[in-house]
Amino acid sequence: MNITGKARLKSPWLFHLNTGSCNGCDIEILAALTPRYDAERFGCMLVASIRHADILLLTGPVTTQMHERLLRVYEQMPEPKAVVAVGSCAVSGGVYTGSPVVDGPADKFMPVDVYVAGCPPRPEAIVKGILEALRKFR
Amino acid sequence: MDARNIDYEYSRLILPVGPVHPSLKEPVNLSVTVVNEEIVDVNVKLNYIYRGIEYLAERRNIAQTIYLVERICGLCSQAHSLTFIQALEEIANIQPPERAEFIRVICAELERIHSHMLLLGVVAYDIGLDTLFMYAFKSRETVMDLLEKISGKRVHHDLNTIGGVRFDIDEDLRRLIIKELKYVKRNLDYISEVLEDATVENRLREVGVLPSKIAEELSVVGPTARGSGLTKDVRFNRSYSVYRDYKNSFKIVVLKDGDCLARVKIRVLEVYESISLIETLLDNMPDTPIRIGERILKIIKRIPVGEAISIVEAPRGQLAHYVYTNGGEGLKRLSVRTPTIPNITAVKYMLMHRQIADIPVVFSSIDPCISCANRVTVTDAAKNKTIIVNLENLRRRM
Repeated sequence: MNITGKARLKSPWLFHLNTGSCNGCDIEILAALTPRYDAERFGCMLVASIRHADILLLTGPVTTQMHERLLRVYEQMPEPKAVVAVGSCAVSGGVYTGSPVVDGPADKFMPVDVYVAGCPPRPEAIVKGILEALRKFR
Repeated sequence: MDARNIDYEYSRLILPVGPVHPSLKEPVNLSVTVVNEEIVDVNVKLNYIYRGIEYLAERRNIAQTIYLVERICGLCSQAHSLTFIQALEEIANIQPPERAEFIRVICAELERIHSHMLLLGVVAYDIGLDTLFMYAFKSRETVMDLLEKISGKRVHHDLNTIGGVRFDIDEDLRRLIIKELKYVKRNLDYISEVLEDATVENRLREVGVLPSKIAEELSVVGPTARGSGLTKDVRFNRSYSVYRDYKNSFKIVVLKDGDCLARVKIRVLEVYESISLIETLLDNMPDTPIRIGERILKIIKRIPVGEAISIVEAPRGQLAHYVYTNGGEGLKRLSVRTPTIPNITAVKYMLMHRQIADIPVVFSSIDPCISCANRVTVTDAAKNKTIIVNLENLRRRM
């Protein structure tokens, strides 16, 4: 492994995208970064732009409106990239299954590496999901 | 066209903020028109996370819809399910036991505390004060732990059911809640001390001012209205559940300034009021069963055709559900009016003639909850009229 690969394992940068979630998963991701659960001890950082990110944290069943934007965000992400689907909606559609305005779940049209189930998942589970995604970079 | 005019045209710029933007947690688009850094127009586009919840509710039975309604929003889940259940109980003519109403309101107030703490954290993050962000989240976790101990879940509690609640608060838990709320109160003293700091005050005072006259015209609700000097609180004006008997255990907090600082301070003061209300309620809990004996699948079979409107005070303001049952275990119509819809119209007035740097802090000071606020409307620009799409039209468009 070259030196950038080693650095990436110690400091995975995260980008969070809400594609129609109810906010529950989003605040749990925020909670995972704050002192109690402290994902920052693994070097994680929430970044402002997708062009800086290594891992995409995806929440929500993909709505028709966000479908195209999600694909654009995914294409703008630099290689190597990993996608973590957080929450039951992102994994399977959850309670919104059967709605005519929901296109998802996301793995229908893009690769997803790690699934974190739960409605919403606990912050510990989200931290575990991020660490699982790091295996892809090894 | 002379040279000065050309200069002006080139300096006028439409700046899209969102839907995917670092300072926004949820997809919403603010098209901001700026002239030399000064904002002259704001357009809000909301429909990015329209999920068709009302459509789904009309196709499921009532027992399933309770859990769907709770998932409209992750921050006011207890408020949403409380509103929906109150409307259903009015139609079915069911009176829940007294203890159940106490537990519902205690959870709703705990939820108000954690939602207000989140806003304090987010505003602090937007003005670059990360220490306060972390500190607010630390005491927020205490409240989340209490909610988890009551219901087993941190965000969606699945607590309410028709004719009562599913989880009880026993003696040990009661003592624990009182003890932990004292800790939250201590942290809050520190937070209000930080908000007195000159740096915070310089950043937030006189930013995004909403005078009470304009607030009344736009009919804003909740802490946004109370920050502009309006005495609007459903818990007082149209009180429901146990708030009828315990009006004197808490006060309406009203501040007159109408700026971001007032809106942030009002949240801190309201948390104090919520804590004192919870302590009073915990001391006076009656010793009745927590739900009526009948099973929910039997109850939904005997709910007649009928309609009801139920209004509660969610953390962000007045929340209303209109429920129309079809007499066959399902709903004919569910309509939700969330507090963010009136509040978000005030953003345009608040941002007018301010700087670009004020957009995030002004936008988050009204505590927007975009996942609540999605509607389908079609505007015909040529004829200048707006229609709400009905179900038939919606189906044709899909």
